[in-house]
Amino acid sequence: MNRETVLELNHIGVQFGNRKVLDDIHVQVKAGEFIGLIGPNGAGKTTLLRVILGLLSPTKGSLQISGKPVLHGNRAVGYVPQKIHLDPNTPLRARDLVGLGLDGHRFGIPLPSRKRRQQIDEVLSAVDALSFADAPVGRLSGGEQQRLLIAQALLTNPRILLLDEPLSNLDIRSAYEVVRLVSRIGREKGIAVIMVAHDMNPLLSSMDKVLYLAKGHAVMGEVENVIQSDVLSELYGYEVEVLRVRGRVLVVGGEETDLDVLDLVEGSHCNGGDVMIQ
Amino acid sequence: MSFLFQIFQPNMLSQPFMVNAFLSGSIVAVLAAIVGFFVILRGYTFAAHALPKIGFAGASGAVMFGVNPLIGLVVFAVSGALSIGLLGKRGRHDVITALVLVVALGTGALFLVITDNYATGAYALLFGQLVGVSGSEVVEIAILGVICIGVLSFLYRPLLFASILQEGAEARGISIRLLGMVFLVVVGITTAITVPVVGALLSFSLMIGPAATTQYVTHHPFRSMGLSVSISLFTVWSALTLAYDTGWPIGFFVAAISAIIYCLARFTAKRNPITFVRSQMKPKNL
Ligand SMILES: Nc1ncnc2c1ncn2[C@@H]1O[C@H](COP(=O)(O)OP(=O)(O)OP(=O)(O)O)[C@@H](O)[C@H]1O
Ligand SMILES: [Mg+2]
Repeated sequence: MNRETVLELNHIGVQFGNRKVLDDIHVQVKAGEFIGLIGPNGAGKTTLLRVILGLLSPTKGSLQISGKPVLHGNRAVGYVPQKIHLDPNTPLRARDLVGLGLDGHRFGIPLPSRKRRQQIDEVLSAVDALSFADAPVGRLSGGEQQRLLIAQALLTNPRILLLDEPLSNLDIRSAYEVVRLVSRIGREKGIAVIMVAHDMNPLLSSMDKVLYLAKGHAVMGEVENVIQSDVLSELYGYEVEVLRVRGRVLVVGGEETDLDVLDLVEGSHCNGGDVMIQ
Repeated sequence: MSFLFQIFQPNMLSQPFMVNAFLSGSIVAVLAAIVGFFVILRGYTFAAHALPKIGFAGASGAVMFGVNPLIGLVVFAVSGALSIGLLGKRGRHDVITALVLVVALGTGALFLVITDNYATGAYALLFGQLVGVSGSEVVEIAILGVICIGVLSFLYRPLLFASILQEGAEARGISIRLLGMVFLVVVGITTAITVPVVGALLSFSLMIGPAATTQYVTHHPFRSMGLSVSISLFTVWSALTLAYDTGWPIGFFVAAISAIIYCLARFTAKRNPITFVRSQMKPKNL
């Protein structure tokens, strides 16, 4: 596998006041790779995405996208915001929402053209959303809206697709569907995908690598190598244990209860009673 | 026939003040409907409600100082809009809008007390007046209206983007804050030119009524805006006609007609289930 590197983070550090949120993040992402960005609340996942989007300049280090420095509003990076809250009466069709991804940043009124329609139809079909292309967007389900947001982000032909917790608010089946969809599109089009998730289980079968953030530090690698008790314990700075139960992964904290409770709740929520507590 | 002549009195448009009222009313109707589309989309209804009253305070100040009330309206409504935009936290303007409104109303009350004999003028500004717009003001209203429509057409896409997907728009390089400010200024100017025609208390209904009504009819953005403009024009034209016939305030008719149309749309709207078109393409293998 000798694919080009699309994203390079060189010893990135981010500090708010005197609080270090990210410290020395050093990773490379290759074209077509599917990365799960996992970590507890406040670990700096969203902050890292904002750095890659060029919305936040790192206090330390540098980053490059396809060998070039990062610019705000870079079309090489597609962004899928969290689930949106739309009024059911929002006067937009699904295709209008998606069209924003194509030319929403341009000035003036969009002139309907065959080419524009075709581009939108193409991306709608890529996310299997053609069937509700003309439906009122505010009345679609969370999973359907999520697919539109992905379509919207794909319209600029990005090299990198960033998704911030696209699975929160989705039931398990829709979550797996969205993961499969994104990983398929990433593979087909050679787009590097970075998907933020609290619970890594829906990503297990699709992600090439996991980028685990905790306490401002990160480890990246294959799931089997990173999601190990000793690796994560070192990252957290205290004893944590990785449990594998019926093909699911569960990170359980030692004495520190914040992580403990968080991941247990997430885990038990997702596999309905398969959680074991020592 | 004679009944119709009583409503549409043939000599109505031979009166210069009625021509002025119809001209300025039409401009304001078109602009208010388009602005209302975005006001509802962005959830700025409280600001849209407050700005006419803030502008009203400015108009009373202008009367006190003996200058054109339109100037007072524009200055107060635009500075009110700027304060709301500058001091409001991202996406949350309610508290600061209320504060700006209270300060402006207090100042307005003071202006009214200082200026004696202003009761009739205040009444006209609050409820709208047929003779409220002079020939030169029609020109001023037209210029401001055209500028606002121009700005809105220019900003149409980024404004829609930022209203629906704020983070996505931001990631694409759109300055959310600047865009929000410009939009609020447009709302302020729209307000300022609506008040002389419809009145400060009820001009809000022209901005919200038509745009809220069309939500029950279509979810196609262009059709929605077109329909809003038509409803708005119909509302203003009938309100002016009826006000001419009866001598009652225009604001009353605008509010009543907007409300009736809204209710008609809301309670006759069919809640069609979303239709899913069967995809022409073969299902993809996952
Ligand atoms: N603009 C800012 N100013 C100050 N602190 C900030 C700022 N943005 C983020 N932070 C802090 O940085 C830390 C990391 O935040 P971030 O949003 O990246 O976490 P996250 O991993 O995305 O968490 P979650 O899972 O809850 O979304 C948090 O403690 C947050 O309070
Ligand atoms: Mg976050």
